[in-house]
Amino acid sequence: MSEFIEWGALAHVVIAGIVVGAGIPALFALGLRLLVLPDGGTSAGADGAQGGGPVGARTRPGTARLVGAGLCFVVCVGAIATGIGFLISGGH
Amino acid sequence: MTETLLLVLVVVTALAFDFTNGFHDTGNAMATSIATRALKPRTAVLLSAVLNMVGAFLSLSVAATIAKGLVDANVITLEVVFAGLVGGIVWNLVTWLLGLPSSSSHALVGGVVGSVLAAVGTSGVIWTGVVAKVLVPALLAPVVAIAVAATGTWFVARLTRGLPQDLTSRGFRWGQVGSASLVSLAHGTNDAQKSMGIILLALIAGGAAPADSSVPFWVIVSCAFFMALGTYLGGWRIIRTLGKGLVEIDTRQGMSAETSSAAVIMLSSYFGFSLSTTHVATGSIMGSGVGMPGATVRWGVAGRMLAAWGLTLPAAGIVGALCFWLQHGVGGFGGSMLVFGLLLATSALIWFASRRKPVDHTNVNEAWDEDRAAGLAPVAATTGAAAPAHVAPVESDHASPVSEAITVTTSTRSHP
Repeated sequence: MSEFIEWGALAHVVIAGIVVGAGIPALFALGLRLLVLPDGGTSAGADGAQGGGPVGARTRPGTARLVGAGLCFVVCVGAIATGIGFLISGGH
Repeated sequence: MTETLLLVLVVVTALAFDFTNGFHDTGNAMATSIATRALKPRTAVLLSAVLNMVGAFLSLSVAATIAKGLVDANVITLEVVFAGLVGGIVWNLVTWLLGLPSSSSHALVGGVVGSVLAAVGTSGVIWTGVVAKVLVPALLAPVVAIAVAATGTWFVARLTRGLPQDLTSRGFRWGQVGSASLVSLAHGTNDAQKSMGIILLALIAGGAAPADSSVPFWVIVSCAFFMALGTYLGGWRIIRTLGKGLVEIDTRQGMSAETSSAAVIMLSSYFGFSLSTTHVATGSIMGSGVGMPGATVRWGVAGRMLAAWGLTLPAAGIVGALCFWLQHGVGGFGGSMLVFGLLLATSALIWFASRRKPVDHTNVNEAWDEDRAAGLAPVAATTGAAAPAHVAPVESDHASPVSEAITVTTSTRSHP
């Protein structure tokens, strides 16, 4: 079979694919979660340190959350930019 | 003179293939954005067309090769290329009519392999290359894509649990459009170059360009234009299957699927393990159904797609071989014109068949009814729907008065 399948290249594609292809949406979701405070009470333990706002209200997230969310989104945008750069540079 | 005419014919056919390529593959990038209504259908195809166009100009490292490593480069003549292109176009149109996504590049490879077989026999085909570069990747691509997209979707579903739905879907709409745009751009860079490569090869073979020529500007412009035009007209039937047929999709799944597609397509070409855009995109959409708790994948639809992928190479190959024999049998430019005429006639027939049950931007998102959509051939389904309309009323007209009369008589007799 190794004559027909380049296992090394395949393994690279799978591993890098999972890291990037699954990681970027996960980071995006994480960023969104940091930005949008979960409805108060249910997850108070997790975000008690910063902006544990009034119950039920969507208050502004604290600075730490904002920075964290910003980082997540910057990585996502950076990934897209890297992709475009890869295409421009010849890509294959 | 004949050579020049044949060259013109090959260029026109290559542009036609380029058109069907764009047309066939709009759904890979935009089906999910259309299905989740992140973009209006026409906006989505316009965006995809523009990005395909931009992509075609982005990277111009075009090599004048066709089916490299799959067929013996010495047996490639204009006739062989022409017959191969016709095989690819016909298969693209048939699968479009059936609403099945299938790889345009595999269709082209199949057509060329078929016409090489017809031209010089089995010695012209490098079979290990065909297995290693076409058949095995076609099996692996969806598996890899399903794994990546399912993992991504699962993480996203976990992380967004408990968040207000309106905000999540608004956020993910952006992510979805962004990642889908990247898929479109990648498609433009990869696939437009294939057509450019074919035309350049034909120009060199026909003596209209020197062997070390770079791609002439008019070739770049026309390839970019025809692919974008095809993309804009949109293979709505395929978009519908990808967006509505496989899984019911929300914006979170849409973003996971498109990011997975973009990542796997680009990483696979980076690591030199080329996978078909169509196979990856389809696998990613399936994966977004596998990874989302509570979502179901319609494996029947997926099975039909897999069957079509398996058939791509032989089917396009048979058409390519037939075209080569016909063209060679008749001989000269007349033979090529005859094949071209047949191609036009076939395309027209397929177009008319599609009008019997049209799918366009107005009904692309209608609910998917697997019972009615089932069966490989919408043509058959249409005939089935039309037949009762003619037959059934006639029968019931005859039957109902009689049976009513009988019922009435019986009731009057039994209850005087």
